Amino acid sequence: MAHDDHKPGFFKRWFMSTNHKDIGTLYIILSIIAAIIGGAMSWYIRLELMEPGIQYIDDFQFYNVLVTAHGFLMVFFVVMPAMIGGFGNWFVPLMIGAPDMAFPRLNNISFWLLAAALILLVIAGLTGGGPGTGWTVYPPLSSAEYHPGPAVDLGILSLHLAGASSILGAANFITTILNMRAPGMTIHRMPLFVWAILVTAFLLLLALPVLAGALTMLLTDRNFGTSFFIVEGGGDPLLWQHLFWFFGHPEVYIIILPAFGIISQIVSTFSKKPIFGYLGMAYAMCAIGVVGFVVWAHHMYMTGLDVDTRAYFTAATLVIAVPTGVKIFSWLATMWGGSIDFKTPMLYAFGFIWLFVVGGVTGVTLANAGMDTVFHDTYFVVAHFHYVMAIAAIFAMFGGFYYWIGKMCGRQYNEGLAKIQFWIFFIGVNVLFFPQHFSGMAGMPRRIPDYPDAYAGWNYVSSIGAFITMAGTFLFLWIAYRTVTSGEKIGANPWGEGATTLEWTVDSPAPFHTHEVLPDMTGKAPAE
Amino acid sequence: MSAEAKNHPFHIVDPSPWPFVGSVGAIALAIGGVMYMQGASIFTILPGFAIIIYTFYVWGRDIVREANAGSEHTPQVRHGLRMGMVLFIASEVMFFFAFFWAYFNATVPAISATATGIWPPEGVVPFSTWGLPFVNTLILLTSGATVTWAHHGLREGNRRTLKLGLALTIVLGLLFTSLQAYEYANASFSFTDGIYSSTFYLATGFHGFHVIVGTIFLMVCYFRSLKGDFTNEAHVGFEAAAWYWHFVDVVWLFLFCAVYWWGSAGYIPAG
Repeated sequence: MAHDDHKPGFFKRWFMSTNHKDIGTLYIILSIIAAIIGGAMSWYIRLELMEPGIQYIDDFQFYNVLVTAHGFLMVFFVVMPAMIGGFGNWFVPLMIGAPDMAFPRLNNISFWLLAAALILLVIAGLTGGGPGTGWTVYPPLSSAEYHPGPAVDLGILSLHLAGASSILGAANFITTILNMRAPGMTIHRMPLFVWAILVTAFLLLLALPVLAGALTMLLTDRNFGTSFFIVEGGGDPLLWQHLFWFFGHPEVYIIILPAFGIISQIVSTFSKKPIFGYLGMAYAMCAIGVVGFVVWAHHMYMTGLDVDTRAYFTAATLVIAVPTGVKIFSWLATMWGGSIDFKTPMLYAFGFIWLFVVGGVTGVTLANAGMDTVFHDTYFVVAHFHYVMAIAAIFAMFGGFYYWIGKMCGRQYNEGLAKIQFWIFFIGVNVLFFPQHFSGMAGMPRRIPDYPDAYAGWNYVSSIGAFITMAGTFLFLWIAYRTVTSGEKIGANPWGEGATTLEWTVDSPAPFHTHEVLPDMTGKAPAE
Repeated sequence: MSAEAKNHPFHIVDPSPWPFVGSVGAIALAIGGVMYMQGASIFTILPGFAIIIYTFYVWGRDIVREANAGSEHTPQVRHGLRMGMVLFIASEVMFFFAFFWAYFNATVPAISATATGIWPPEGVVPFSTWGLPFVNTLILLTSGATVTWAHHGLREGNRRTLKLGLALTIVLGLLFTSLQAYEYANASFSFTDGIYSSTFYLATGFHGFHVIVGTIFLMVCYFRSLKGDFTNEAHVGFEAAAWYWHFVDVVWLFLFCAVYWWGSAGYIPAG
């Protein structure tokens, strides 16, 4: 088996790759770069908001650009590349016993299109005042009248490329999972992370083209004289909101479903038990995916929807609490009676569950059209979605990184430092985002660089939390650097009996080509 | 790597420069496009466009070579390729979904406060449903039949039927595109005339673009069939082109019924 570790030269290996592990690594590197940029923007925002009045940012368009770019970067260039492109590429083939992805060249262009999209987004931010539209890009703010110049067009084309990247990646993952499972690896034996990626890929495949259509209409409205969103021409700005959120709501599940998958692997591994209610867990994700397509207008309660429509969207949105409840309780039931090992990935799984429950509860609050009338566009919403998808997703990414880094680079992280990093980060994000519930309930508006003195207290606390989080982030970068350069070398399975999935049967680091002899899973128990 | 004995039916693809080259083309096209929209010459989009066309060509050439070499495209790999094409078409359906949404948002008062229920809007003279649009419908439906005829010929080993069926389909596709161009040239409303023309031109325009892409895809299959490519059993490239053509056909049926037929039913000729 000597030839299975034969690697091409540097340029061929990293610029012409058709190897799922190398492409996964490229995605993770891109994600870290984008996270540093997007994180720096959020710290600058918190610095400005630390006290009432204007501290640093006297150009309010620039403030809007920071908010916009922070959102785009974190959604499209940090979380999605890390979880789907990074961990998905690395571990879906390993977990199902496949030698690579179904379409290796397509896999590579998915990555390079995303890199091109990131470059375009950076250019957009540096051109003509930048796009200050918010990540939702609502017209008329995003129209040629209020955003003349090329910045918004560059942003639109950046999203087009990112979308094309994701659609191709989604088709690749679905084909890989449905067509390339090892003998005996039936659908109902797949690890839950693979299930999560499968459902996520279907959401990507069906939601992103709708965004592409909407972006195209916005582009022609801005540059070629169409009137899709322009009232004077008989168009309708609300059409944009419908199309955007028809994509946008599945998009937030695209972000959180892979996190569910990672957390399921970690909880099972470190409880040394199979996951409780495996089938229920898998089909809960399917249910979340399906229902995610019929709740979009809960983002639009304040746009004059009639009362029946609001009643429907409230009811449909509340339904989502059922399958997500199935997941939370199944994780807890998996731990129940387990021999729990409090390694860093498991700490991050606990952290994830806490954050997701807090964000989920405020989600139920906001699902009600009546409550949302009060909370709409306040920091209560900011606190909600940062808890439920942003920070929760980041926790799953950290958990996944600590869980799998040994498999990816053959070296283990420093457990003591990593635990310290977890506690700094956990305290940081809660000090950062929990007070925003209070300022939001008191009426503090989103996307505004200044605020009345009444909100000063909780904003100050929130900014302190941001600096603690920043310290946790830098400690993470240090740990990651030390791990890949001088971490302790490890064997195939550093986690012991709880780690039952196929990636732990191959060497660490995983050889360049794996599963060249397909593993036979016939008659084996479900992977979890 | 591919030369060594394999223990599995999957295709481990050799490293390829085309994904990277194609992405360079994409970013060049995007930047060129923005420059064009800011008032620069249309030629600014040419470099990116050329790189992308070149990428399609060389990438497709590599796939055809791998297919013709025989050993890599096992039945299971072909199954995966077909699955990928179906998924791609599914995403295309959702792309058109957005334009149909825009159309119904403008026409159905129950889903939009800006829709007045008067459609076409005052002053717009729509195309006569049972004139050119109906002829185009017949052309596309016929082309769907001829491509299926070609497929039957291929499966039964009748190469003459395959070539003739493909040639007929291509001719019908070109005829459709020409008639669509004629229709655009003689429209009573221009691209910038408000929501009617916006929904009309983007929905039918993107459909027309897909017809052109589908025609090129069929042409590639035609030239491959002349060279003797495809066997009775293994002809994924042909199947993908045929499925794509049927998809374009179905989108047209929805466009014809919703935009050309129902959409002009409320037209009251002046006087």
